[in-house]
Amino acid sequence: MALTTPDSDRRAFRNEGFGLRLVVLCILSVSIMVLDHNDEHLKTIRSILSAVVHPIRLVIDAPFSLGHWIGDSTATRSELSAENRRLKEQNLIQSARLQRQVALEAENTRLRALLDSTAKVSGRVLIGEIMSIDMNPFRHRITINKGSNDGLYVGQALIDADGIIGQVIRDQFFSAEALLITDIDHALPVEIVRSRLRTIAVGTGDLERLSLPFLPRNADVVDGDILVTSGLGGTFPPGYPVGIIDTIAGDSGKPFLTVGARPAAALNRIREVLLIWPEPAAAQRAAADGNDRPVSPPEAAEAIVPATIDPVGDAPALDAP
Amino acid sequence: MSKRSAPRWPVWLVFIAAVALVSLPLPTIMTPVRPPWAAIAVIYWIMMWPRVFGIGSAWIIGLLLDILQGELLGQNAFALSVIGYLTLRFHLQIRIFPLWQLTTTVFALLAVNAFILFWIDGVAGNPAAGFARWTQVLVGGILWPPIMAIMDRLRERIENRDPTFFVSR
Repeated sequence: MALTTPDSDRRAFRNEGFGLRLVVLCILSVSIMVLDHNDEHLKTIRSILSAVVHPIRLVIDAPFSLGHWIGDSTATRSELSAENRRLKEQNLIQSARLQRQVALEAENTRLRALLDSTAKVSGRVLIGEIMSIDMNPFRHRITINKGSNDGLYVGQALIDADGIIGQVIRDQFFSAEALLITDIDHALPVEIVRSRLRTIAVGTGDLERLSLPFLPRNADVVDGDILVTSGLGGTFPPGYPVGIIDTIAGDSGKPFLTVGARPAAALNRIREVLLIWPEPAAAQRAAADGNDRPVSPPEAAEAIVPATIDPVGDAPALDAP
Repeated sequence: MSKRSAPRWPVWLVFIAAVALVSLPLPTIMTPVRPPWAAIAVIYWIMMWPRVFGIGSAWIIGLLLDILQGELLGQNAFALSVIGYLTLRFHLQIRIFPLWQLTTTVFALLAVNAFILFWIDGVAGNPAAGFARWTQVLVGGILWPPIMAIMDRLRERIENRDPTFFVSR
């Protein structure tokens, strides 16, 4: 037996009201686009909608998580023991390095105390997992499975075992969106380890390239120089590896060198990320001033713009993400 | 016998699946050949069930897509409501087209969708997507006949199913 279908009425459906509806919805769309583009006016609405679509995210991610789980649980004993052996060796090497670091850190604190500057204290970290969601393929953005529920905030730095990955640009309840350092809209203040020269590394839109467009022709830079975060701008904590310089080209007609670098982190192969909270030096200073207000997320959110537009001053105005 | 209408939730599942397919991770090489699933689903169901799905549904699906893709909020909503309107306005003509003509029309609608997205990207100062967006339109047009065949079967099943099978409204 056939149901009455939603379109079984034989009279032609000619409702002239939908031109008006289109106009209304278009005006609505344009106004939210303007609000969303100009500022974070729609932050709460976006968070709520994001929580609504979170089940869809989980469904998309599920087959991939399942695949990983099956891969893990069907690994043979020899594979597991090989991996275990490798990890043990790695652990041993790293513990040995760490022993030396304890001594170095103590020495560093002592020297800093002599110089009367604030001590560097390592901050809190949290491990987040990248969800298998393809965002707009033309931007370098990722979704991670930790959100403002876990204390994330906009502007927070993301690292992995090899170096800086990016920063959080939208914190939602159960997930967050992060911008990778290779996104064309991203710039971060870096320092060349060997010469302590500070400059800016700009994303190129290629996951394996960074560009350093603001180095003058006489800059002290050689192939293989290591870039670390300089900590200027306040978004990224100082001293984390960013990349290795691999191309230097100087055109005699141009005032700046064309310098390219390879990111230290394998941005196209990461699955887990470390979220780091800034070193509590600023909070300590605030507390010492008798002002016990900790560094609150809104302040950090404001710091995002000066971080992407470098404080060194030689950068032209870059669009904030 | 009381009047029952065919259930709508299977179609909403189709829409959600389409939105999910757009966000399904694929290797970067596959980006140019990923069809715009959501736009295709919107065109089909508005064309076939214009009394049930209209510009409003298209707008909501667009908004879901914006959130999931991290786009400017309202970008896909705008584009999908425009092609939703065009489909609704001309559904009586489109529906009786022969297949090749229908495919050409869908191709044109998908191109309008892609153009609106491209245009908004330009106005908002986001990096333009390059040629991949246009090859996606091409792939969507080519895949329309098989997708339509599958959706037709689904629609017939929904429309002819035993009424006791579904909760009536």
